[in-house]
Amino acid sequence: MKRRDFLKATAGGATAALCGAGIAEARENKPPLENAIGILYDATLCVGCKACVRACKEINGLPPTLMGEDVQYDASRGVSGTTYNVIKVYKNGTSEAKDKEIDGFSFAKKSCMHCVDPACVSGCPVSALTKNPVTGIVQYNADTCIGCRNCMVGCPFSIPQYEYHDAKGQIQKCLFCNQAGVERISQGLLPGCADVCPTGATLFGTRKELLAEAKKRLAAKPGETYIYPRGRASDELHTHEKDAPAYQQHIYGEHEVGGTQVMHIAGVPLNKLGMPELPDRSYASIAEGVQHTLYKGMIAPAIALAGLAYVVKRNTSNSDQDDPDGQNSRRPGPNNDRGEP
Amino acid sequence: MSEHQPVEGKILTLPFMFLGVLAAIGLYFLGVRFADGLGAVANINSGYPWGIWVVYDVVVGTALACGGYALAFVIYVFNKGKYHPLIRPAILASLFGYALGGFGAFFDMGRYWQFYNIAMPSNWNFNSVMLEVGLCVITYIFVLFIEFAPAVLERMGAKNMLRWLNKVLFFFIALGVLLPTMHQSSLGSLLIIMGAKVHPLWQSLQWQPLMALLTALTMGFSIVIFEASFAAVGFNRRPETPLLARLSKAIIALISVFLLVRVLELALNGKLGFAFAGDLAGNMFLLEMALFIFPLVVMLSRGNRDNGRLLLFAAVSLLFAGALYRFNAFLIAFNPGPGYSYFPSVPEIMVTVGIVAIEIMAYLVFVKKLPVLHSAEHA
Ligand code: SF4
Ligand code: SF4
Ligand code: SF4
Repeated sequence: MKRRDFLKATAGGATAALCGAGIAEARENKPPLENAIGILYDATLCVGCKACVRACKEINGLPPTLMGEDVQYDASRGVSGTTYNVIKVYKNGTSEAKDKEIDGFSFAKKSCMHCVDPACVSGCPVSALTKNPVTGIVQYNADTCIGCRNCMVGCPFSIPQYEYHDAKGQIQKCLFCNQAGVERISQGLLPGCADVCPTGATLFGTRKELLAEAKKRLAAKPGETYIYPRGRASDELHTHEKDAPAYQQHIYGEHEVGGTQVMHIAGVPLNKLGMPELPDRSYASIAEGVQHTLYKGMIAPAIALAGLAYVVKRNTSNSDQDDPDGQNSRRPGPNNDRGEP
Repeated sequence: MSEHQPVEGKILTLPFMFLGVLAAIGLYFLGVRFADGLGAVANINSGYPWGIWVVYDVVVGTALACGGYALAFVIYVFNKGKYHPLIRPAILASLFGYALGGFGAFFDMGRYWQFYNIAMPSNWNFNSVMLEVGLCVITYIFVLFIEFAPAVLERMGAKNMLRWLNKVLFFFIALGVLLPTMHQSSLGSLLIIMGAKVHPLWQSLQWQPLMALLTALTMGFSIVIFEASFAAVGFNRRPETPLLARLSKAIIALISVFLLVRVLELALNGKLGFAFAGDLAGNMFLLEMALFIFPLVVMLSRGNRDNGRLLLFAAVSLLFAGALYRFNAFLIAFNPGPGYSYFPSVPEIMVTVGIVAIEIMAYLVFVKKLPVLHSAEHA
């Protein structure tokens, strides 16, 4: 059995059936917010220019990653404390054809997926990571963060980055260009990466618009002319025409771990492009379900404490009862410090 | 006077000074961590954000410190007063284990200077398992302190305080049973959110809290056996074997339930095949199982239980089993995806070694200065 089969099984009923008691069903995945915004990354449109990587750094005040002394382009290999967004390359065999799994190549994007039901938010003990109730952007507040890195272990995409080489490090990740001081979304601007993308491979919109657009693309016949918007999914003025490629029939992020607001489509299977295979059920929903079933808003522990206190009190006032031979018990007498631990 | 007595003997023995050197090295690297950041000392990275400081110092360390919890359960809840001679040393070891686990969590925190944020209700995220663990561990350290206070008060001769404390102690003992039940199970629940990064052999989702709790209890009882045997040899005291033998009955029950749940969960979810995959995870699982089953086999026979040495072996095996279960789940079989790897650096290991050294040193000082171990004539 492969690891991914197990993941499917988890999403299915096996565990739930085993659990019986209903712990597993204690909470459903959170539904997407009505006006959630998002990004659709279409790897088949991406030309690998990395304009988005550069724009992301500029807008967020992050230094470029250098390769030697060369500042010509950004050499980031992965997300880090100074990189929120990277474009990677997939290569296979002769790497001749774009968007082919065998003997082909493709680009791939890595950045925060702004999950619909994010593990990082669920796990953060001090609410330093929160989901904006309108846009669904997963926001960060360094002033409350204690640096426990539970968000990092929880994120299925290993997105949050703690600055390990800074004595006063913090968590860094894409905040959708809308953190205090940047606020591009609030101002009605495009996020940096979508703004500069020359082909519309990184496309901004509401999650609903983007899902509809992605479905339309997947339905297009390979070779037929398709009109691609640029910048914003709803933008009908800035478009370009291109033959539709052979898409994989998979919108990554439509369902994975409860869905994400950044979604990917490609010609190469998405798991070849660094996107992990994940079940539809969000792990946050399972963790919270277990936690709230056990604790019931602290009422269960309070009842348990009352019960325990009663039992302990009774037992500490006759703790010799159990030991009729008195062999190991304390000697009765005025000096017997009863009830000591 | 109390039936507990300080152990005679010098503090500054040779082993003690050796421990002191280890502690100093560890503290030096801790200094580097605070001056230059976590990355200057530890090999943790974005794929493996939790290294041995979390997994050993906190997750395994506090489970090893469950002696006080396990015994309190038996003595005060099941009303088995005869285990009483074991409780004080167990509470003391728990106090140190937890205090250092708390310290470990503190210096591992990336923004430790803001740690108080976890105590501010306005920040609380009730969905977070981490919140429960954090608050509960902090409170439990305080409770252990109170549970141990009678030893200090006896030594100081503070009779009135002692009388007053003994009146309310039952409440703290009850808390001392409740809190570890909560956070030891939650330490397991921390794994749920990590989802697919945790190997299927350890990702039991809804069952995480139960498995963590059962193994914490077996580790708690085992450490009591271990410490009592060690004290018997090290301080030339009469061994408490008959008492320890009876504890092993509780252990048998716990391991049996654990193994049953563990294997059933794997079987019903069709994951047993992973055990025989012949890879690192599969082999680690088999080793872990062997470490759990060996003590079960030993303890099932009455003769073996009365044999102090065999009992000690069984206890040590169980300690390794519980520790390995945690290491496997959180680190060894943890897989954040291609491109990441983790192995602790030497300085990182030295910090953990230093912390353990401090723990042992403090324990030695305390049993020599305070009435902790049960007096010989009562044992
Ligand atoms: S991708 Fe990771 S960091 Fe981003 S919202 Fe999802 S869980 Fe959080
Ligand atoms: S590191 Fe900060 S943001 Fe991440 S879970 Fe911990 S407190 Fe929250
Ligand atoms: S939304 Fe902004 S921060 Fe996020 S990847 Fe795009 S440019 Fe970077």
